[in-house]
Amino acid sequence: MIRSEILRDMAPVLKDRLVVCNIGIPSQELHAIQDEPSNFYMLGTMGLASSIGLGLAVAQKKPVIVIDGDGSVLTNLGTLATIGNTHAPNFILLIIDNGSYGSTGDQPTYAGQRTSLAEVARACGTERVVECRGEDAGQALQRALEAGEKTVIVVKCDSGNAKMPVITMDPVTIRDRFMGAVQAE
Amino acid sequence: MSIDARIVDDLIANDISFVTTVPCKQLAGVIAEIDTRDAIRHVPCTKEDEGMGLCAGAFMGGKRPAIIMQNTALGVTVNTLATLIQYYRLPLPMLISYRGELREPVACQVEMAVHTKAILSQMNIPTYHFHRQSDADELDPILKYTFMCNKPVAILTDATFWGGYGDQ
Repeated sequence: MIRSEILRDMAPVLKDRLVVCNIGIPSQELHAIQDEPSNFYMLGTMGLASSIGLGLAVAQKKPVIVIDGDGSVLTNLGTLATIGNTHAPNFILLIIDNGSYGSTGDQPTYAGQRTSLAEVARACGTERVVECRGEDAGQALQRALEAGEKTVIVVKCDSGNAKMPVITMDPVTIRDRFMGAVQAE
Repeated sequence: MSIDARIVDDLIANDISFVTTVPCKQLAGVIAEIDTRDAIRHVPCTKEDEGMGLCAGAFMGGKRPAIIMQNTALGVTVNTLATLIQYYRLPLPMLISYRGELREPVACQVEMAVHTKAILSQMNIPTYHFHRQSDADELDPILKYTFMCNKPVAILTDATFWGGYGDQ
C-alpha cells in the first residue's frame, strides 16, 4: 500500500478534523482526495508539520492530527523529544513511513534502514506509540482519537506517489480558512 | 522592578500566552520569570526553526506566540521565516540575545553577529536594537506593531543592555 491509498482509506476518519499535512506530495494527495478548510497544507518548510501541530494542540482543545513522513521527521528529529515532554493529550502524530523521500524521487531514508522512528518516539518519552501497516492506519487513527491520549502512529508502507496537481491556493487563504475551522463550534 | 519582570509584564499585557525558548545566558532571567507566570504556556524547543513551527501552530490555535532565542541561530531559521512565518503572514515577536557585540568575551560569537542585521535586513524583517535599558520602553509598542502587521519582528538585545556578562 502506498501513501495515497492510505490517505484515501483514512479520509472518512480525517473528515472535519484539524489536520496539519506535510509538505510536498502528501499535501497534494490529501488536497486532491479530500480538500477541507480544516486541512492545513504545508507549502514549504520541510520538517515542521509536527511542530505546527503540537503548537496548535497546546493552544486549543480540539484533537489535532499531523500527517507527517519519515523523511520529514528525520529533518526535525528533536520534535520527538519536545512531543515526548509536552502535555498535549489531543495530539496525534501519524508518520507515513515509506522509507523514502517521496517528493524528491524516492531516495531511501534511514527510517527504511536501521532507524526505527517508533523506538525513537518511545525513547523520547511518548507512552502511546503504535506501529501498524498501511491497511490498519485508519483503525489505528480512530483508536487514537477515542483514546484521548497523545499518540504517535508509525505506518509502515510502500514507497510511491500518486500524480496529483500542485496546490495553487494562496497560503493566506489556507491559513485563514484553517483558523476559521479551528474556531468553529 | 527587574528588566526581566518588565519584559514579561509587557508580553502578558499584549496577550502573549505561548512562548518557546532556546536558552541563552543573557535570557536566563527572562525565561525563569516566564516560568513563574501562569498566563504563559512555556514549551522549550530543541531548535529555533522547530520553535517557529510551534509558534505558528499556537497562533492558529488562538494564542499569541513569541520566541526567545540567540542571534547565532538566525541562520538556521531563514527558510522557516521565509516559507512559513512570512509566507502565511503570521505575527512573531522574536526576543533575541545579540551575542558577539560590545563586551562579548567569546570570539566565535562575533562571526554570526556581523551577519545578524544583514540577514534581518535582507529578509525585510523589522528590527529593533535594545542597547540601553531605557530602550525597553519600546517593547510594548513593538509587540503591538507585530500583531498589527502580522510579520516576524526582531528585538535584538545586546550585552550592554543586559549589563555585561558577569564573571564570564
